[in-house]
Amino acid sequence: MDKPVFEPKIVAFLCNWCSYAGADLAGVSRIQYPPNIRVIRVPCSGRINPLYIVKALQQGADGVLVSGCHPGDCHYISGNLFARRKFALLKKFLEQLGVEPERIRFSWVSAAEGVRFAQIIEKVTNDLRTRGPLPYFRKDPAQWELPL
Amino acid sequence: MKRPATEIAAIARELLAAGKIDLFIGYRQTSSPVRTTPCFLTPHDDVTRLVWNGFCSNNLAVYLTRMMGRKRIRVGVVAKGCDSRSIANLIRENQISREALVIVGMACPGMLDVAKVRAKLADPGIEKVEEIDGQVIVSSKGAIRSLARTDCLYDGCIGCRHPTPTVVDRLVGAAAPDRKSPVLDSTVRDFLVRPRAERWQIFESELAKCIRCHACRNACPNCYCQECFAEQTSPEWLSASNDMSNTLLYHIGRILHQAGRCVECGACARACPANVNLGLFTRLLADEVRERFAFESGISPEQPGLLSTFNADDRQEFMTEPE
Repeated sequence: MDKPVFEPKIVAFLCNWCSYAGADLAGVSRIQYPPNIRVIRVPCSGRINPLYIVKALQQGADGVLVSGCHPGDCHYISGNLFARRKFALLKKFLEQLGVEPERIRFSWVSAAEGVRFAQIIEKVTNDLRTRGPLPYFRKDPAQWELPL
Repeated sequence: MKRPATEIAAIARELLAAGKIDLFIGYRQTSSPVRTTPCFLTPHDDVTRLVWNGFCSNNLAVYLTRMMGRKRIRVGVVAKGCDSRSIANLIRENQISREALVIVGMACPGMLDVAKVRAKLADPGIEKVEEIDGQVIVSSKGAIRSLARTDCLYDGCIGCRHPTPTVVDRLVGAAAPDRKSPVLDSTVRDFLVRPRAERWQIFESELAKCIRCHACRNACPNCYCQECFAEQTSPEWLSASNDMSNTLLYHIGRILHQAGRCVECGACARACPANVNLGLFTRLLADEVRERFAFESGISPEQPGLLSTFNADDRQEFMTEPE
């Protein structure tokens, strides 16, 4: 029997107006993509506190994907442009500390881009399959309040 | 020329006597010759206690939010280059009022790291320190050693870009021009050339020393939140357990909150009782801000915040594109 492939857990923060609708379109269009993402719907990519991303990794995610409207398409005019500055610094900072770049991903997906959404999930998942589980920064399961 | 301490005392006396301020914050010597402590003077106090020397490293801006935040008092404060940038940030972030503040700026020659001075001496017991013409003259047990000032500066002070205060009412000493230090600090460069796994290992082993006393946060003028994420219970960002991941999350969170605000005064690192090399990790982000956005915080109170503005053409090479 083949060695089982590692299936990463990925937390995906999707903006309500574009990327979530993009994911929905991928669904209704019956486009196949890996089932490794856990979607969290947020009003805007600008709503995402960088700590959400770091906290997700600590709590057991192998990678985090944040997706919002393309620049210029934001429902709130400029939320994604504020977010872009935060994400640029967060990603670079964590990479400098030694976190692999594949673990923190940002992308723009519009409501019409179901195919693009599926392609991005495919890419992110495949990269993390080769990377393996997050080796550090995990909360020690022995100290979790709830039994696993 | 008057000694800087005399000049500060004269300014403090004048401002307090004229009723222009209710409180003056400066430095006074402690029982140790290598340590000063913040000194809070009201109109009836003795201004001659004020000192100025290479050990006035505390960032006094941290007291302004605490003193001026609730009560409507007018304060005079001694500020080095970095401290004045902290003050500019606090004014910009509407934490203190510029009108109620008199900033006595010091042309800063860089602050002395006691650990570096001690390391150069055979006997760590220091009895007296004098600073003359770029030399630090240290007496200990009758022996007198003369050290070059530049060899004893804090790491953060060596590459200081703004030794002269950026926001100032009264300047003491001669203004020095802003220095054009390299965008990337040398300690940061040394860290970044290491392989990825090794960087994480350094980060983790350095923070393994942390006891989560939050002294780094308390010493930081930028950390004025009434309720810090480190102590929030809903949501609970950090649990009270001593799990290492909580320590890492605390520091990553703390440093991220400094993005575009940190003035690299080094207060966090000096406050650390466990000697964690916080300066290195804080500087990583500050350097990235400089490199990516050509932005330096605290240059003026009118300057917009880095993360409260954007450019339509900000670089986005880090975004994921499908293959």
